[in-house]
Amino acid sequence: MLQLRDKKIADEILARIKKLNLQLKIMHVCGTHQDTIVRYGLDSLLKDCGIEVIQGPGCPVCVTTTLEIQKAITLAKNGVTVATFGDMIKVPAAGTSLQKARAEGGDVRIVYSIDDAVKMAGKGEVVFIGVGFETTAPSTAVTLLNEPENFYVLSCHRYIPPALDALLGMGEIRIDGIICPGHVSTIIGMEPYKPLSCKYEIPQVIAGFEPLDVLMAVYMIARQIDEGRHEVENEYIRVVRPEGNEKAKEALKEVFDPADAEWRGFPIIKKSKMALKKEFEEYDAEKRYEDLLENIEMAEEAKGCRCGEVLRGLIYPQQCPLFGKICNPSNPVGPCMVSIEGACNIEYRYKND
Amino acid sequence: MCLAVPGKIIEKRGNKAIVDYGGVRREADISLVDVKEGDYVIVHAGFAIQVLSKKDAEETLKIFEEMLKNA
Ligand code: SF4
Ligand code: SF4
Repeated sequence: MLQLRDKKIADEILARIKKLNLQLKIMHVCGTHQDTIVRYGLDSLLKDCGIEVIQGPGCPVCVTTTLEIQKAITLAKNGVTVATFGDMIKVPAAGTSLQKARAEGGDVRIVYSIDDAVKMAGKGEVVFIGVGFETTAPSTAVTLLNEPENFYVLSCHRYIPPALDALLGMGEIRIDGIICPGHVSTIIGMEPYKPLSCKYEIPQVIAGFEPLDVLMAVYMIARQIDEGRHEVENEYIRVVRPEGNEKAKEALKEVFDPADAEWRGFPIIKKSKMALKKEFEEYDAEKRYEDLLENIEMAEEAKGCRCGEVLRGLIYPQQCPLFGKICNPSNPVGPCMVSIEGACNIEYRYKND
Repeated sequence: MCLAVPGKIIEKRGNKAIVDYGGVRREADISLVDVKEGDYVIVHAGFAIQVLSKKDAEETLKIFEEMLKNA
């Protein structure tokens, strides 16, 4: 692979950032970015240059609401085969989880791809819990366009730009720049970020996942600020095209409509969830199992868990009193400790041994 | 989480392809991209989401170097 871990270039970029002599808080919204940042110690290297980097709502499993998870659990408990990505099954909700439902006899399957779930549907009805941002949702869209049988989707797919808008609009913390997620951007391209840069006068840079990608993106943001610019720039040119992936965008548009929805830690965010269009109603698990899912009330979140604040970028995982004490990956209290994309989990994995 | 490592298309079979990640081979769906054998792709949850050209990868480093020179 290309040498995007080269120490010399990294030092050079860091020196440049330092020379600009800025005090900045930069947010990103991606589990893989956070992994790179913590794994390679970029957080402390950048701190020495005056830059704080924090993960916002960039973990699809983490922002999925307790109610959505309760729905999945309810299906499993009522004899429906439920298929989902690995991280989902351990997320606690209403004192239980998909994993516990499985231990009690529910049919809960972990899949690597939606394709695996479609194959299972050959033997009987399957509900796929569709979690993920614009990166993952096209695979759900394409699958439904192929008219699978016995197959239903509980869509928890969400759009990233409305969440950034909501977060910046809330104004709870000062955010000077945003590192945009590389693979969400691979799909949506640069355009959807532009109104945000205008509205909030904030620089945004799309970044890849190697340490040098992240450092370069930080430098590009710092340089914009130094020069008084606020634009959308692309560092991840080897993958992200300005227009994104047209086929994937088309599939999303064909299958989903933006709907207002809650995210964990957030009030309702306008047009932020991918709801199945009327034409695809026949695949909608919420419709197929309406009688089971209709009247569920969202349970309280686990006591003391501060995932909401972690997801809004207000606190770092260590600031949660439960971090590492009661809450750890084998006994997660909140989703941010469950998911490998969650800030608490990443922090624990790299810094707690 | 995203696998940021590109894989190489070894063989196409309709809307599926065998993708090689430095020796490990897996099937991926290619209906979201236009690819030919030998192309490098980014695969997410079993679906190729973009094609990467080798030139782009080299270009990244070149651009980095340029930027650091000019800044
Ligand atoms: S799906 Fe990929 S790009 Fe999106 S948040 Fe997760 S790791 Fe980041
Ligand atoms: S450490 Fe655990 S309890 Fe605290 S915010 Fe993170 S997931 Fe929630």
